[in-house]
Amino acid sequence: MKVLVWDKSKCIGCGTCEQTCSKTWFKEENRVKSRIQINKTENGFSGNTCIQCGECILVCPVEALTRDSKGIVRLNNKTCVGCLSCVGFCPTSSMFVAPDEPIPFKCIACGICVKTCPTGALSIQDQPDPLEKVFYRRHF
Amino acid sequence: MNIYQNPYNPEKIKAAHKLLAELKYEIKPLVKGYSNQTLYINVGENKIGSKPVDQVMKDKFTGGRGFNMKLLWDAVTENTKWDSPENEIVIAAGPMGGITQYPGTGKSIVCGISPLTGAPVDSNVGGYFGPYLKFSGWDAIELQGIAKKDVIVYINGDEGIIQIFEAPEEDTNSHLIAEQMCDIFAENEMDMKSIATVSAGKGAENSFFGCLNFSFYDRRRKVARLKQAGRGGLGTLFRHKNIKAVVCKFSGMNANNNEVDDLEKIKDVGASYHRELYKEDDKQCDMRHVGTAHLVEIMDDYDLLPTHNYKFGADPRTPKISSVVWREMFTQGIPDGCWYGCTMQCAKCVDGYILQTGPYKGDTVSIDGPEYETAAAFGANMGIFDPHFIVEANFYCDTYGIDTISFGTGMAFIMECYENGIINKEITGGYDLSFGNGEESLHMLHQMARGEGFGKTVGLGIRRLKKLFAEKYGADPKFLQDIGMECKGMEYSEYMTKESLAMQGGYGLALKGAQHDEAWLIFMDMVNNQIPTFEDKAEALHYFPMFRTWFGLQGLCKLPWNDVEPANNAETDDPAKVPAHVANYVDIFNSITGRNIDKHEMILQSERVYNFQRVFNLRMGFGTREHDMIPYRSAGPVTLEEYESRVERYDKQLLEKWNWDPSGKTLEERHQKTREFREDAYQKLCDAVYKRRGWDNNGVPKIEKMKELKMDLPGVLEVLNKYYN
Repeated sequence: MKVLVWDKSKCIGCGTCEQTCSKTWFKEENRVKSRIQINKTENGFSGNTCIQCGECILVCPVEALTRDSKGIVRLNNKTCVGCLSCVGFCPTSSMFVAPDEPIPFKCIACGICVKTCPTGALSIQDQPDPLEKVFYRRHF
Repeated sequence: MNIYQNPYNPEKIKAAHKLLAELKYEIKPLVKGYSNQTLYINVGENKIGSKPVDQVMKDKFTGGRGFNMKLLWDAVTENTKWDSPENEIVIAAGPMGGITQYPGTGKSIVCGISPLTGAPVDSNVGGYFGPYLKFSGWDAIELQGIAKKDVIVYINGDEGIIQIFEAPEEDTNSHLIAEQMCDIFAENEMDMKSIATVSAGKGAENSFFGCLNFSFYDRRRKVARLKQAGRGGLGTLFRHKNIKAVVCKFSGMNANNNEVDDLEKIKDVGASYHRELYKEDDKQCDMRHVGTAHLVEIMDDYDLLPTHNYKFGADPRTPKISSVVWREMFTQGIPDGCWYGCTMQCAKCVDGYILQTGPYKGDTVSIDGPEYETAAAFGANMGIFDPHFIVEANFYCDTYGIDTISFGTGMAFIMECYENGIINKEITGGYDLSFGNGEESLHMLHQMARGEGFGKTVGLGIRRLKKLFAEKYGADPKFLQDIGMECKGMEYSEYMTKESLAMQGGYGLALKGAQHDEAWLIFMDMVNNQIPTFEDKAEALHYFPMFRTWFGLQGLCKLPWNDVEPANNAETDDPAKVPAHVANYVDIFNSITGRNIDKHEMILQSERVYNFQRVFNLRMGFGTREHDMIPYRSAGPVTLEEYESRVERYDKQLLEKWNWDPSGKTLEERHQKTREFREDAYQKLCDAVYKRRGWDNNGVPKIEKMKELKMDLPGVLEVLNKYYN
């Protein structure tokens, strides 16, 4: 499973990734609409992006969130009803919501930001596939 | 998915439909939570029409239960009985109903003149029908008349068509007809979530305990699941009208079907509430894993779990039906909300259950619940501490359209009558109906659904049974009155109130009958002693019933209000009110409607409808003090056995609370004195509550109160003038 990985030691907080992301997906440079969020902290920066754990899949009432064949968790915009359950229940707070966007959005490890990061702080890495967490005790 | 041994044929069912009436209408977008029209259907005359909703209606009645009560008032006369053709079933969401961003926003409210009480009743229920109805263009639906043959009402909110069909081939029982409607009206499996069905079952036909099942299609389980408008016998009314199902199809769900005024604010409030649930629920009520069944052991711990017809409040066998058991039996890891976005997801489900009895024996089914009420009623109150019995009876009650609360409390009454020799095997048809007998109880349930044997008699409800047992079998009417746990004709839900005077009022003073949805004050009163005086209790019995009425006006579920609380709630000025969540509701209401109410106006909205409903009760021949009286079993120990079981508590109270020294007195004397004190306290409570609510000492709203609320409508004044003159 390919996952976007952020390296704290290399990040200089320039915001290039955020601008690239929002421009790619929302056609505007607006960090609020970026699927990766870099925030300044006392000790440098914190980076927040989806680790593709799939917890959000379990709370989506309409099955708008699914894992694709490459293991990436994707949101089907047409199916989503904007309930924001996934926003509240994301363990890493990486499902984002922004003004004027009725439905949430998340990183799908497209890798475009990796190419524009000036310090190489971002990379796409192979991670072990997550365990299936839903347990159907009996057949349905 | 369910597996049936005798599968049905959807094509055959559909082919038998005969169109009786049709109306095409233009679907308009909602305006800030309202569609601004209501739908009128008369199944007796095959009429379909619409009625406008004006600003005055919104200002006075807000929506939901308020709209229902207004429409019902206009439909009936003071002479209308539950089975009169003009009686209606009215169903509505409310202006907040159907938003997806905040949990618990998909409730429908159902009203009608109750077969159990003879008065207006309101019952709230999950499932998709209410919001779909609104998004299809209707703030409410009135169902009037009695069809000559079984019919289905179909509202196609995608195309703007309403039809009434003669429907001879559908099953009546809900787990089947809810699926059949999906098979017939959905385009394909993906579309089944667009179908919401209201139905009842054979038990609703043949008893007064009829509930309505509201469906929602669970795509993961591939089952049409059922939530119940349980209280008041509305399913009985539904089947009396010969309606098999009311179906609404709506496939256009999105993030803003309500066309709200300020979606951004709702998104903010919703996302932060979801987060709060994520962080707090596991530490607090664990609603997400066990639903309301988490209460079983808590109620037992506090001596509040009704056991053997409310004689006792705890039992050593309770661990057999506690949440530990339910956590195992419920399938975990699936979103179980009964409306989109409800992350509290208390609608738990037992899957792959093979039925052991009845007409569907051997079928494999998913079973909604049990919720706390059902587990407590079937488990402790009937003394059957067997989760498999509870699940089996839960399934059949649901599909037969029988309210589990009325059935459980009704059976508990029957069992006590049986153990006291009031009824015997000769009367029950050979069944030993002692406490704890699950197999015999299931026989009663199946008989009730078939309309046969003693099971049919049980389905008369406690009020009618008391009369029957006294008149036919010579039972002592006073004893039956003491142990028959009903008020206004409605069976009690499952909480022991002996040690909480405020909660005795919570039941007795509830408008519709003995249901706890107006006020649940036991912890405030009994455990935390926060409302010690009559005036304190009266204030609580003003605020909480009004606050909780608001959920019914808006199309909301009560549970997200206080079944999880902010981490710092205990540090607030008024933790019992959960101020942060009240603020959420005010914010969302304003963001939907574009209005600017505060928490005081919120209570006023409720007071208008609440007082209107009280006058409605009066109009129908009820609504006065005598109808607020409660059976003594809910106030204190009826029998010496009960007194002795908690003898230290009662003796101590005589001395410390009532200043009456029990030493040297006989058990009978102490028992009698306890009764005198407790009955007197209930009367004083009524005095205080009536005063606080602006009613006279007979429990009737004063004309000045109605004027103050701007609810001095001509019909209301006519009723009140008649009473006061």
